[in-house]
Amino acid sequence: MSRIHSSAELDALRQNLLSTRDPAKPCITLCSGSACQATHCREVAAALEQEMEQQGLTDQVHFRKTGCHGFCEKGPILIIYPEGICYLQVKPEDIPEIISHSLLEKKIVERLVYVDPNTGDKVTHEADIPFYKNQQRLVLGANTRIDPKSLEDYLAVGGYRALTKALFEMTPEQVVGEVKAAGLRGRGGGGFPAGLKWEAARNAPGDIKYVIVNCDEGDPGAYMDRSLMEGNPFSVLEGLLIGAYAIGAHEGYIYVRQEYPLAVENVTSAISTAEEFGLLGKDILGSGYDFIIKVHKGAGAFVCGEETALIHSLEGKVGEPKARPPYPAVRGLWDRPTNINNVETWANVPLIINNGAAAFTAIGTEGSKGTKIFSLVGKVNNTGLVEVPMGVTLRDIVYKVGGGIPGDKKFKAVQTGGPAGGCMPESLLDMAVDFDQLTKAGSMMGSGGMIVLDEETCMVDFARYFLGFLADESCGKCVPCREGIKQMLKILTGITKGKGKPGDVELLEELSEVANNAALCALGKGAPNPVLSTIRHFRDEYDAHITHGKCPALSCKELISFYIVPEKCQACMSCRKQCPAEAIDGGKNLVHVILQEKCTKCGSCLDACPARFGAVKKISGEPIPAPLPEEARTVVRKSKSL
Amino acid sequence: MENGKGTMDNESIDRIIDKHNREAGSLIQILLDIQSDYHWLPKEALDRVSERLKVPMSKIRHITTFYKSFSLVPRGRHEVHVCMGTACHVRGAQRILDSVQDQIGINPGETDVDLKFSLETVNCLGCCALGPVMVVDGEYHGNIAPSRVEATLKNYE
Amino acid sequence: MSELQVQIDGKEVTATAGATILDAARSVGIAIPTLCHHKQLEPYGGCRVCTVEVDSRGRTSVVAACIYPVEPGLVVRTRTRKLERIRKSVVEMMLAHAPDSEPLLELAREYGADRDRFDKEASFCIHCGLCVRYCAEVKKKHALGFIDRGARKEINFVPEIATKECWECKECFPLCPTSALQAAFVLSKALASVES
Repeated sequence: MSRIHSSAELDALRQNLLSTRDPAKPCITLCSGSACQATHCREVAAALEQEMEQQGLTDQVHFRKTGCHGFCEKGPILIIYPEGICYLQVKPEDIPEIISHSLLEKKIVERLVYVDPNTGDKVTHEADIPFYKNQQRLVLGANTRIDPKSLEDYLAVGGYRALTKALFEMTPEQVVGEVKAAGLRGRGGGGFPAGLKWEAARNAPGDIKYVIVNCDEGDPGAYMDRSLMEGNPFSVLEGLLIGAYAIGAHEGYIYVRQEYPLAVENVTSAISTAEEFGLLGKDILGSGYDFIIKVHKGAGAFVCGEETALIHSLEGKVGEPKARPPYPAVRGLWDRPTNINNVETWANVPLIINNGAAAFTAIGTEGSKGTKIFSLVGKVNNTGLVEVPMGVTLRDIVYKVGGGIPGDKKFKAVQTGGPAGGCMPESLLDMAVDFDQLTKAGSMMGSGGMIVLDEETCMVDFARYFLGFLADESCGKCVPCREGIKQMLKILTGITKGKGKPGDVELLEELSEVANNAALCALGKGAPNPVLSTIRHFRDEYDAHITHGKCPALSCKELISFYIVPEKCQACMSCRKQCPAEAIDGGKNLVHVILQEKCTKCGSCLDACPARFGAVKKISGEPIPAPLPEEARTVVRKSKSL
Repeated sequence: MENGKGTMDNESIDRIIDKHNREAGSLIQILLDIQSDYHWLPKEALDRVSERLKVPMSKIRHITTFYKSFSLVPRGRHEVHVCMGTACHVRGAQRILDSVQDQIGINPGETDVDLKFSLETVNCLGCCALGPVMVVDGEYHGNIAPSRVEATLKNYE
Repeated sequence: MSELQVQIDGKEVTATAGATILDAARSVGIAIPTLCHHKQLEPYGGCRVCTVEVDSRGRTSVVAACIYPVEPGLVVRTRTRKLERIRKSVVEMMLAHAPDSEPLLELAREYGADRDRFDKEASFCIHCGLCVRYCAEVKKKHALGFIDRGARKEINFVPEIATKECWECKECFPLCPTSALQAAFVLSKALASVES
């Protein structure tokens, strides 16, 4: 492959690639995203390469390392094509069997396929796994089929078709019009119509304009952008270039959190490759259009996900947000018209240009078109990235795709919108998830983080967690955020420690009004939302903490005590051995007792007590029963027949 | 360039500055490169950057204390990051952090006396399926239990 | 400079394009309280005492008057129940740091703020930024700046510059509403003399 000088050459190249790629040729893919690196996909890859070499298969079988597939609970994921056989949680020691049994003998390695926890059915093909079957992976789907460092792979799946269409068959105004007609709303949190932003930047006076990709994905629990940037960086570059053309920008920036080193590496590599082949730089594909991209890393500040703070960071300043108006579309980076959008927003652009706005609007709801990628995490069986059309219900996401709550625990709430979002309790599970419905429910879409909580999550502590996060991340410029969050955090911490007072909830609501209204930026304005939403839906928990010194979820350390139920204790000494504080008194046939004054509430005893005894329990808000006198503590062994 | 003891000379700092074309907008990228090479930001390095980029020292001081990636004191040979993101929090990240603190004897933001370990909390690494997660020198340890922390850290010299 | 019409507290006001709501209000004698605002310095928008309510493009929002630019047809309300609650709270939060500050107490009197609402904080500084901004924008010496972020933020003198410039200058002193500046100055001077 060499530099591509025209769209005709690009089409020819793509044709060539498709015709020379034999779809019958065996191909093994292995997901190699950051999360899978944590489950040792690199060792699996090494084992695979070694085994293939030993078997003399290196030329006959293509091995492709892909980005994130999204089913992160079950990584590393290995797929054998053309059959599409999918193996989960693959270890290096599984490789020889996979090669000999599955690749060469075309048989299935039964123990590595997906097993439906409800039916016990085995599923061999990725597309049939319920987690994937119930999704519509228009944006994230390509991740499974491409090596993020390979331009050829991206071209082979239809990459850069949208670019040639935009550059050679559409005017910039038509491109803006298409994005407007598609109703694409920002996927980073604001949900603002992207087309309107593009139009404003296009119309703003000035010759020098900028486009920016916001990959400072800071909402804890959200990692959609990481997976897109790692797994399909060319799609972001293509979307960005189309946007640049539409607006009239010749310089773009990609701002990536430095906590995402693989994303930085893959997008930098993609840019370099694109430049080499004339898809970036001067006179792109002979269109006469110039465009260059620079990558900037974040330096550890959540607030830089806010567009004006991000712009300041690009200018080499501290990430303090700026008042708007003027909006970045009019005066942004270096005071020039700037359009900044989230990674997922940019990645949707090639889709819209390729298939047209009408196809895009056919998916989703009245006010929210297209699909959204959510990171479904927390107390859920199938943790991972989920892409569904707007309008799917929370229930379907959590249960159909997510597989429900692990360990037979009871669902409690789903939190969306990150630190500026809110919690949806069971009563709202049938809500159709889209921008407006979430906002109506007292939460927001945010970047797409969806945290599932069960009966063991204390909602007061959960609100406290978010405020603690924001207190650490606040830039400190304005009083309502800097001081307001601090005061709210103090109150919440007090409540979780049993020091809550009547009037605390009302004070939290009062402080919330100040921050909601008067803070300088969305960080401060959104900060009260987790508090307000938990007060709204879980007021009883607040009241229990404040009035009765009780934590209903049995979570807040200062409000719980560990207690060994004498009738259940079989004096096995497991808990006594584990206790780091030597706080358990007992012996071989002597029912164990926790010495409350020594207990550090670490929970090791609860973990250690064998499930068949289940003698350790947590209590809260009630007096701890007095320990039995020693004479009464002789263990009565239960007979085996019981 | 060993951390903390690196002989910082203007030449190596200049190379980093020139790599970024001395642009004022690249100040943070330049500082990130220096941090990465030296594992901290020596004062002499900051003086040089201030001089060559013509940025007031007061602004550089704000930047190096505002952004968590930077350290104005030498960091340890091994950087331990414990994720405190929401998903990890819900899966018990605090217990992991407590174990790490007990094991190394320092708080987040600190380095131990031997300059062996530095500890930082991170707000979401994007590996939520593996929570709780601890990263040491870029090596991810997912689904880590408090009881395994000691053994894991003992592997690092 | 072109002119445009806005409405402030029901009063029609002619404002110059590029002016802020605060400028426009003051031009017709409508008082909006401020703290971090200074005529010689760029508007800051940090204290939020000047918070007002505006109707713009069909939406109502709450903004800082010192920094929000006027636009044709803007409707502004400088005094509502909600704004009074906000100003009162904001002043109370700052009083926790500097309970004896005259400018804060004056605002406290106007808005019924309770000086003891919140527990006393260790630092006087309320981060109005007047000292840092004055030294940067007017004196252009950059002898002091901020460090850190959030509630951990502090003002801090740059020792090498302070020793050369500050002992004789002290022009920023009258700007500080709380005397946090003077405290930082004294500390900085003490440290400098220890080192020399």
